[in-house]
Amino acid sequence: MVLRASELTVGDSRDEVVVDNLTRTQIVQYAGASGDFNPLHTDDLYAREVAGYPGVFAHGMLGMGLLGKALTSWVGDGRLTSFGVRFRAQIWPGDTLTARLSVSALRTDEGVPYADITAVVVNQDGAEVIAGNATARLDP
Amino acid sequence: MADSGGAPSVPVEAGQVLFFARALGDPNPIYSDPDHAANTEFGSVLAPPTFTEVHHQYMEEYTLRPRLGDPWFGSGRAATGRPPRARTDGERRASGGGTGLHAEQHFEYHAPIVAGDVLTWETRRGESWEREGRRGGTLRFRETITEFRNQRGEQVVTARAITVRTERPVERGES
Repeated sequence: MVLRASELTVGDSRDEVVVDNLTRTQIVQYAGASGDFNPLHTDDLYAREVAGYPGVFAHGMLGMGLLGKALTSWVGDGRLTSFGVRFRAQIWPGDTLTARLSVSALRTDEGVPYADITAVVVNQDGAEVIAGNATARLDP
Repeated sequence: MADSGGAPSVPVEAGQVLFFARALGDPNPIYSDPDHAANTEFGSVLAPPTFTEVHHQYMEEYTLRPRLGDPWFGSGRAATGRPPRARTDGERRASGGGTGLHAEQHFEYHAPIVAGDVLTWETRRGESWEREGRRGGTLRFRETITEFRNQRGEQVVTARAITVRTERPVERGES
């Protein structure tokens, strides 16, 4: 599915639960897929006793990937022209994360319509763990 | 600064795209079903938006992957495999101390990346700056820009990462 500029309004929004009860295994899966084997994310003993954290936490890029999943399922495949985030708080095992997307602007550049989208991830306590923006190319 | 390590390229393989999409819990068939993908405008399995992260797998000097013959800093018999050594405050500061965290990540997309592509990349340092944090002591920020091109020399993705080193472990939210 691809978004059409003619059917979109500033303020249109969409929420998607991108993970429910994040498991340590999914974090391990992301480590294996991405190649980032930082033990902070996969090695509880190291995270607690050496790094001084309460335990392992997810790669920021796992969180960004989950947000990307929500974006592409809304705007369509291969439609993003930019996507950027700030990592604001850690994502922990057990977290349930919701991506909140909303259209902040609609514009046309050389005849091609684009949507600017505010994209954040909140956890089960309502805390914003990732704050970002994306731009997507639309169909007319 | 060019720092593409010993391995110059990333072969974009359908299997790797599948494993990456699975790790994100993304069931979109454009990532998992070559027959479906063949009938789309992309013609082949498509890489998801953050897929270029896998270039770390091909980076010879990457420090966050165990390397044959080098001690690994994660746990084995002990909580860390890092060789024990005294760390004075000065030494800790000199080495960057604390913990390295990813503060920001930005991508610009120029063209789709699909299975069968071979990517090359070039990395350069961007800006760096320091700031006093509320809880983590001095925060040292560093920007790294990585430009990815495909086998036809076309720019596909520009990635900009901002990492921060803190003097002490912190909850995020300071950056």
